[in-house]
Amino acid sequence: MRAALFLAAATSILISTLIVWTLFTEAWKFLSDLIDTAGIGALIDGGKAPGWYPRNDRFDIPTIVLGTLIVSAVSIVVAAPLGLGAAVFLSEYASPRLRKVVKPVLEVLAGVPSVVFGFFALRVLGPDLIQPLFDTSQKTSLLVTGVAIGILVTPLMASISEDALRSVPSALREASTGLGARRSATVVKVVIPAAVSGIVAALIISVSRAIGETMVAALASGRLGQSPRTWDPRDPGLPMTSAMAQLAQGSDQVVGSTLAFQSLFFIGALLFLMTLALNMVASRLVTRFRTKY
Amino acid sequence: MPDATVPPEVASRSTDVFTTRDVAVYYGQFRAVRDVNITVHKNEITAFIGPSGCGKSTMLRCFNRMNDLIPTARVEGTVSYHGVNLYDPAVNAVEVRRRIGMVFQKANPFPKSIYDNVAYGPRLSGIKKKSELDAVVEKSLRGAALWDEVKGRLKSGGLGLSGGQQQRLCIARAIAVDPEVLLMDEPCSALDPIATARIEDLMQEIKHEYTIIIVTHNMQQAGRVSDRTAFFTTEVNTESDRRTGVLVEYDQTSKIFSNPADERTEAYISGRFG
Repeated sequence: MRAALFLAAATSILISTLIVWTLFTEAWKFLSDLIDTAGIGALIDGGKAPGWYPRNDRFDIPTIVLGTLIVSAVSIVVAAPLGLGAAVFLSEYASPRLRKVVKPVLEVLAGVPSVVFGFFALRVLGPDLIQPLFDTSQKTSLLVTGVAIGILVTPLMASISEDALRSVPSALREASTGLGARRSATVVKVVIPAAVSGIVAALIISVSRAIGETMVAALASGRLGQSPRTWDPRDPGLPMTSAMAQLAQGSDQVVGSTLAFQSLFFIGALLFLMTLALNMVASRLVTRFRTKY
Repeated sequence: MPDATVPPEVASRSTDVFTTRDVAVYYGQFRAVRDVNITVHKNEITAFIGPSGCGKSTMLRCFNRMNDLIPTARVEGTVSYHGVNLYDPAVNAVEVRRRIGMVFQKANPFPKSIYDNVAYGPRLSGIKKKSELDAVVEKSLRGAALWDEVKGRLKSGGLGLSGGQQQRLCIARAIAVDPEVLLMDEPCSALDPIATARIEDLMQEIKHEYTIIIVTHNMQQAGRVSDRTAFFTTEVNTESDRRTGVLVEYDQTSKIFSNPADERTEAYISGRFG
């Protein structure tokens, strides 16, 4: 029994190690090939019309990083207030009976496949809401993608924040109430500050999830490889995940040892490093807040 | 319609701070305590004693409407504060709690600095000027006999203090809003004898400024600190087999401890049960 369980644990560690190994060796192969052919400078296109066109051997990294950053920023602007608001409502205001209904609904929402969100963004959110409201040039844009991913990660944000809020001892709420604080004052001045480490963790985990979200980005971002190098979210663009999906789909030209195929691994490694860094920052922050209180 | 706002000048006139009439508290269908008729006098320490489950803490929490936090709790009868029924719909519970402070069984300082803990209530009342807050914080910490121990580290966390200091911090926090009444729910039950003695001394020092009601498990403590004592006990309802708290006797503490009128009080005092 013990040996079997150990084997199960060891297998998952082995597979993860292999994935990381493959990711980085292939990414390195891409980099060294690129240096041999075009030089490392090709990663940042200094030309007049930079862009991500891997099949034409043009690999402008800022294009796709910018796309990812804009989408993640928009999604967190959507998910942070919605998720934290839902969490505060559930933990501080809702009656036990209402919570019993709302919490499972929220969890079901978290289980909706992201392709459904992507399609919803493509067919409803984009043309019927974002385009008329923000006057975007086309139905798909980084803004639509960000909003849809924001809605997608809201249940995650809400769930982790709610756990953090509910773990605040009720003795603190009683103390605040006993001093003549209204419920809103208790929430803002006592409960949220006491739960801040968990809320920050929720935020970072949500960002990390938003960066990695692929299906919505692939469907609704516009998949435009040209980079105008602006921070305007109303433009169509190409987040990193979307770029990867696009490359991997086109099996006709991509399979083989061309540079384009290798670039998949390079973006993958970059994504991996970004989320890893975020998670490390998250754990650092959490311990710092913990020692403070 | 009674005066819902209870202006302070009314509060200072009467010597009867609380008068309860036929108070019963329910949690859902369960009746936790019944038939409480007492009058709490100004600048006295009133002790509620009795065995576990007798409803003394439940009763205490009627005086500042803390039972409101429990959705199923319901209060019958009247709890008058200077003639105003606290459970009148026109009464603002938030206003009541600023007038009637509370100290809890387990010290519950906020995860904030000592200064911010004490300044919490005054800030809620809208005091923003630093000089004013500084003065209130110092006065309250002095009032709770904690100033000399913490004056050099007001910015450090309240949770870093010892248990007894934390409880005195909670007292300082409660008196910082200048309440008329302090409700203390077994404030020493988690403290060692030395810390307990400090809190008891403190109660004697501040009773000239505040009216205090203390719930205690400890009969000796009630005998030491209080002017009047209410003895509660539990009665088993033969139909539902559930316990309900009931007020047995309320009188001068000296009388309760030397010559109680009810034999149940005498049995409890002499240690024959409870």
